[in-house]
Amino acid sequence: MNQDTLVQLAYIAASVLFIFGLKMLSSQRTAKRGNVVSAAGMLIAVIATLIGQDMQYQWIILGILIGGAVGATAALRVPMTSMPEFVALFNGFGGMASLLVGWAEYQRNLPVWAEGEAPYVTVIAIAIAALIGGLTFTGSLIAYGKLSETINSKAVLYRGQQIVNAAIVAVALICIVVFVINADNPAIAASYAPFLILVALALVLGVLATIPIGGADMPVVISLLNSYSGLAACAAGFVIMNTVLIVAGSLVGASGMILTAIMCKAMNRSLGNVLFSGFGAVVTAGGTAKQGEAKPITPEDAYYILENARSVVFVPGYGMAAAQAQHVVRELGEILEENGTEVKYAVHPVAGRMPGHMNVLLAEANVPYEQLVEMDEINPAMESVDVAIVIGANDVVNPAAREDPASSIYGMPIINVDYARTVFVLKRSLASGFAGIENDLFFKENTRMLFGDAKSSVQAVINEMKEDA
Amino acid sequence: MSSEILLLFTFVLAIFLGFELISKVPSQLHTPLMSGANAISGVTIVGALVAAGSLAEGAFSVVLGTLAVVFATINVIGGYLVTDRMLAMFKTKQHGGDK
Repeated sequence: MNQDTLVQLAYIAASVLFIFGLKMLSSQRTAKRGNVVSAAGMLIAVIATLIGQDMQYQWIILGILIGGAVGATAALRVPMTSMPEFVALFNGFGGMASLLVGWAEYQRNLPVWAEGEAPYVTVIAIAIAALIGGLTFTGSLIAYGKLSETINSKAVLYRGQQIVNAAIVAVALICIVVFVINADNPAIAASYAPFLILVALALVLGVLATIPIGGADMPVVISLLNSYSGLAACAAGFVIMNTVLIVAGSLVGASGMILTAIMCKAMNRSLGNVLFSGFGAVVTAGGTAKQGEAKPITPEDAYYILENARSVVFVPGYGMAAAQAQHVVRELGEILEENGTEVKYAVHPVAGRMPGHMNVLLAEANVPYEQLVEMDEINPAMESVDVAIVIGANDVVNPAAREDPASSIYGMPIINVDYARTVFVLKRSLASGFAGIENDLFFKENTRMLFGDAKSSVQAVINEMKEDA
Repeated sequence: MSSEILLLFTFVLAIFLGFELISKVPSQLHTPLMSGANAISGVTIVGALVAAGSLAEGAFSVVLGTLAVVFATINVIGGYLVTDRMLAMFKTKQHGGDK
């Protein structure tokens, strides 16, 4: 058996470990081990590559030391509330790496191709790696900026936006064609010029495609960028004709696509609508705004109701993360449990700024996994819930999505908190949510508003409970 | 069959495999799934190593390759570590739901 066969066998082993790792990530019991299995696959792939061919290691070691130090430091320091922007940024780095791999391969082979013939599959793959990798990189940087609020997270729209973007895509495609045709042209500039233009256009496109997407649509964008980073790796795999890159890249590409579809479905919108409409930037005059009187409540009254509740469901949204209220929420949950109340936490699929983000925050606050329930699990049981406590969520609990065909969110699946006997809504004011529409929930007969900062409101209720105990 | 076609074949099968693998993940685990998948996408490090290690073929491609190694390593190391950190927080009650 020669060395190359051994390397290929190692790549197969690595691919199998990636597959098992991903599989194990889909269950809470096995997820942590799954991540280790997948990391072991990565280690095997790296080692096989390093010993598989003649290489000089000095630059590799330098790169791994720098990247490892930066990556490890960032990963161990990032607070859980910042997870969305962190994952967005890392997606971008993956995209950038794939772009650079394509570019390096092009640079390396240029002298050979200029004298003979260029393999077209490789050349096309280089172009695709540059295009997807480049737009993933800048798109992720913009997503990072919006999520960390270093730049305005509102959708940026201007007249003719889609025409501009379409024009850029068209020019980029022309660059790819010119680049591929001229890859074996003895005049190096004939292929290098369109390649550099392509890279520049990909970077610009990433920015322009991401700015029209508003803050609360970010779960879709991150999922999509996640998918792109996988596809970019896949393209890089075609560049260097490497199976493990293609398999692992496809798995990530597919998983990102599935998450994207789940997020879109949870908002009852098409992917095209999320990407191009700039939802939330324009004030949509939809829905018959039901006016009525919102009934405020004091922490003391809230306590009296909670004291007698047999089952309580917390429904967190982005506001909980923004107010850093997850720890006091868990504390309140524990006090209620000691009082004999059944406590659950119901999370909407698009609550927060990335898929599953609220669950991570609650887990960080020591909420046991079995108390975290999905929307489809809690809704049928909602009528037997005594108190539903909405913390910083708005559109995902708006009954207009179910009742008002004129509303712009009509048809979106929601958590039916209004079916609970009593609903507490913790909110700063009566302001509308991301979709820019009134929330009928606030004016329902069984709704009580607990105005103020979510964290201090919950703390006030806890204090009432402790005083009495 | 040419090797290009075989690679394409692998690609198509792996995409379908990915769809099958991921479609049943509970929404509670979506964040760790995404960051774990993100770490896997750092597999492009394999290509980066090849580029950074071939010094004989010109300095510029080594510069590009080394940069690629840096980005991909951040992606791999950071991605796996942060996923591990997150998953360690998901505990069932028996193993200590309370502090």
